[in-house]
Amino acid sequence: MDAINPLTLFFAAIFTNNILLTNFLGLCPFLSMSGQKKSAFGMGAAVVFVMASTTALNNLVHFKVLVPLGLEHFRYIVFIVVIAAFVQMVEMTVERFFPALYFSLGIFLPLITVNCAIFGASLFMVIREYDFVQSLAYGAGSGIGWMLAIVAISAIREKLQKTAKLPRGLEGPAITLIITGLLALAFLAFSGMIRVQ
Amino acid sequence: MPNLPPKKEIFLTGLWKDNPVLRQILGICSTLAVTNLMVNTLVMDLGLIFTVCMSSLTVSLLRKVTPLRIRMMVQTLIIASYVIIVDILIKAYLPDISEALGPYVALIITNCIIMGRCEAFARHNPPGASFIDGLGMSLGYSLVLIAIAFIREPLGFGTLLGFRVMPQGFVHWTVMIMAPGAFFTLGIMVWILKYFRPQTGEEKG
Repeated sequence: MDAINPLTLFFAAIFTNNILLTNFLGLCPFLSMSGQKKSAFGMGAAVVFVMASTTALNNLVHFKVLVPLGLEHFRYIVFIVVIAAFVQMVEMTVERFFPALYFSLGIFLPLITVNCAIFGASLFMVIREYDFVQSLAYGAGSGIGWMLAIVAISAIREKLQKTAKLPRGLEGPAITLIITGLLALAFLAFSGMIRVQ
Repeated sequence: MPNLPPKKEIFLTGLWKDNPVLRQILGICSTLAVTNLMVNTLVMDLGLIFTVCMSSLTVSLLRKVTPLRIRMMVQTLIIASYVIIVDILIKAYLPDISEALGPYVALIITNCIIMGRCEAFARHNPPGASFIDGLGMSLGYSLVLIAIAFIREPLGFGTLLGFRVMPQGFVHWTVMIMAPGAFFTLGIMVWILKYFRPQTGEEKG
């Protein structure tokens, strides 16, 4: 497999292969957290950081430890444990040294362990056989793409709450799903600009 | 919970009244990703039913010996073990479908439904009831997935389970097999359901 330029991969992960809008990952927190712009932003920032770090970390763990030992089947468990341990560590560090940051971002950290986008990024990394730098670029790009989507949706939803009168039953998750569909349709316009699988 | 509702009621709650996808909006990542083909959907459903039932049962059996502080980790590891079994089975017997499903089989681990059931039900209920609860919930999930695939495959590919169902001249709605179609289908289904049962809108949330 010819190596893809990490920078290309980074932009592809944000736009053409947006992890939320084309791969449907991280939808649960996306739907529950996108009510307010502020919390959407906090969650997004936490996801960018954790996704970039854990994808790179899992890349090392998978190709340097699991593959040589022939333990690939255990990678799901190992990845989950790596992600959970990493989140726990970050949470403790931030709480100890940056209390102000902890109060604005810290509450989102425990939720990230069960965010399927984080786990999904690591799985895609294995399937597409990225090397370390590529994994870092892919993780960061996917995180930024996810953040972009959730901030965009939360801004639309805030506006919608103020101005629109929705029909019965459409408010809440239903309209969010439909708006997300429209956003995904808009992002389809980017496809074909960069081709990464 | 001292007085447990009868098993039939537990089952029906999961299947319809508290349907995980349509009512609680849980576990929709995989709902949307695999429903462009009916075959993929069915395989995914079987995998999920097995995982939910077995992990609910296991969590419930271990509920008295699991320390409270690390219960999330224990639950995740139980779920992950069952998913690995499913993944290996699918890889061995249905390699093509395993290829098509890609990472989504493994993503059953982070599917919120399973964790949600372990946390909300299996953790403080006996194994039998937990198993039934898992069965109801996962069947409810499967029904919704099948319904979505039933809309998306004929419109997107003109086929159902690989057989042609639409007339020859039918122009395929390519958007239905791509991401936006999935969002629209589920959004509209949730809307219709909420429209007809508005009084349940203010339940626990």
